Amino acid sequence: MQEVIQQLVNGISLGSIYGLIALGYTMVYGIIRLINFAHGDIYMIGAFVGYFAIRNFNLSFLPALLVAMAVCAALGTAIERLAYRPLRNSTRIAALITAIGVSFLIQNAALLAWTPDPRSYPDVFPLRTYEIGGVFVDNRQITILSVAVALMVVLHYIVNFTQIGRAMRAVAIDADTARLMGIDVDRVISFTFALGSALAAAAGVLVGIYYNRIEPTMGAMPGLKAFVAAVLGGIGVIPGAMLGGLVMGVAEVAVVALTASTWKDAVAFAILIVILLVKPAGLLGRQVREKV
Amino acid sequence: MLTVENLNVYYGGIHALKGVSFQVRQREIVTLIGANGAGKTTTLKTISGLVRARNGKISYQDRDISSTPAHIIARDGLCHVPEGRRVFANMTVAENLALGAYHRRDQQGIKRDLEWVYELFPRLAERRQQLAGTLSGGEQQMLAIGRGLMSHPRLLLLDEPSMGLAPLLVREIFEIVKQINASGMTVLLVEQNAHMALSVADTAYVLETGRIVFSGPAREVAANKQVREAYLGA
Repeated sequence: MQEVIQQLVNGISLGSIYGLIALGYTMVYGIIRLINFAHGDIYMIGAFVGYFAIRNFNLSFLPALLVAMAVCAALGTAIERLAYRPLRNSTRIAALITAIGVSFLIQNAALLAWTPDPRSYPDVFPLRTYEIGGVFVDNRQITILSVAVALMVVLHYIVNFTQIGRAMRAVAIDADTARLMGIDVDRVISFTFALGSALAAAAGVLVGIYYNRIEPTMGAMPGLKAFVAAVLGGIGVIPGAMLGGLVMGVAEVAVVALTASTWKDAVAFAILIVILLVKPAGLLGRQVREKV
Repeated sequence: MLTVENLNVYYGGIHALKGVSFQVRQREIVTLIGANGAGKTTTLKTISGLVRARNGKISYQDRDISSTPAHIIARDGLCHVPEGRRVFANMTVAENLALGAYHRRDQQGIKRDLEWVYELFPRLAERRQQLAGTLSGGEQQMLAIGRGLMSHPRLLLLDEPSMGLAPLLVREIFEIVKQINASGMTVLLVEQNAHMALSVADTAYVLETGRIVFSGPAREVAANKQVREAYLGA
């Protein structure tokens, strides 16, 4: 029993990171129907920005987190402006291929700038482990969980209770009608990229602290897994991304505990295949027919 | 208030509007009638900036808006209530109405208009927390018009407000269009239901395959033999 709870704690920590990344996928998809494959690399950049902020500028955890989020928000907006906006009216496959291209570009630029060698994340807070009824929880897991929950609450508030959030939902439902309401659709799309990228950056910093290791190619696998999480929850559905992330995290940890760690990545794609076969709209998604 | 001159619009290779010209004067109800596919909706979409004309000129309050982005036009008091209602289905009635006032900052005015809309459409007031997608067709039409009014427009473009509604509801909607107009708002009304449209309008234009073929005071248009045969079933 203790073992189960222990794995659950580990799974939820990992899952909340997947959830944060998945939110960016799902928000961008919801609004412009694009799978932004560069999203995982934005997460990587976030981890590096946090790394330099802590190591070179001596910032503590929270300021470093905010700097990483701000830099990535700007980066995400810039990518949308330069790479995706010119393709807004072309086929979806053109934008998708561009997204893969942007991903390679960022990843290789990072390899060039920072070398492929992994770096160990600076110690922002010394590891402290607490034992609660035989279950071990450390302060890093607590940090990850509380930051993730706080960000999700803020996001929920923005999307549901602010003017710009209402505009985001309106554009996601029907962009042309949103225009008729005086909504500047381009601005709303920029804002969505900024928001999603900031969340990915936060996930990057949290992962750096949790695993204490970052490298330029670190975005690829979590990026794909978070994408699966978004599909699992129902792509375009914001609470679905959080749920999908948690399910993925717990499933991954459970598989590693029960079998071997080599199955760690396979489980994500097994989940993808199963969900596409059984419930393609995702756990919280509604079946919608594609508009022609 | 609105002058459209020699508008030409193409969809791919299809010449949808072929030199359409007409005028809407302040405080009038102008109607654009015609069969399905005549170009009525295209005309409205071009005015509100959703579709771009290849050439021609649209002046609104003496300014050329032919190349102004749609959201800027909307902020300038020209409100387009689109065909098929297009309410935001998984948002509440209240949220839909709030989106209508998206660009406004005058909280007092927004509150006043909201009260007005709820007064015009008491059923919306009863259902303010209900999701728009769960409303009946007539209620969705009311919401679409109410959402338009929340932008406090000077010129209201209405696209087929009677579409798919029972005759009683159609009459109710047109009654409200008259009330809205009486409050000082100019209305450009597109309709397939020529009979109803001509009964409320001051001026009418008849559109046929992308061209204006007939125009004049609504009463005269309604009395015209060809129009009666083609559109009024008499």
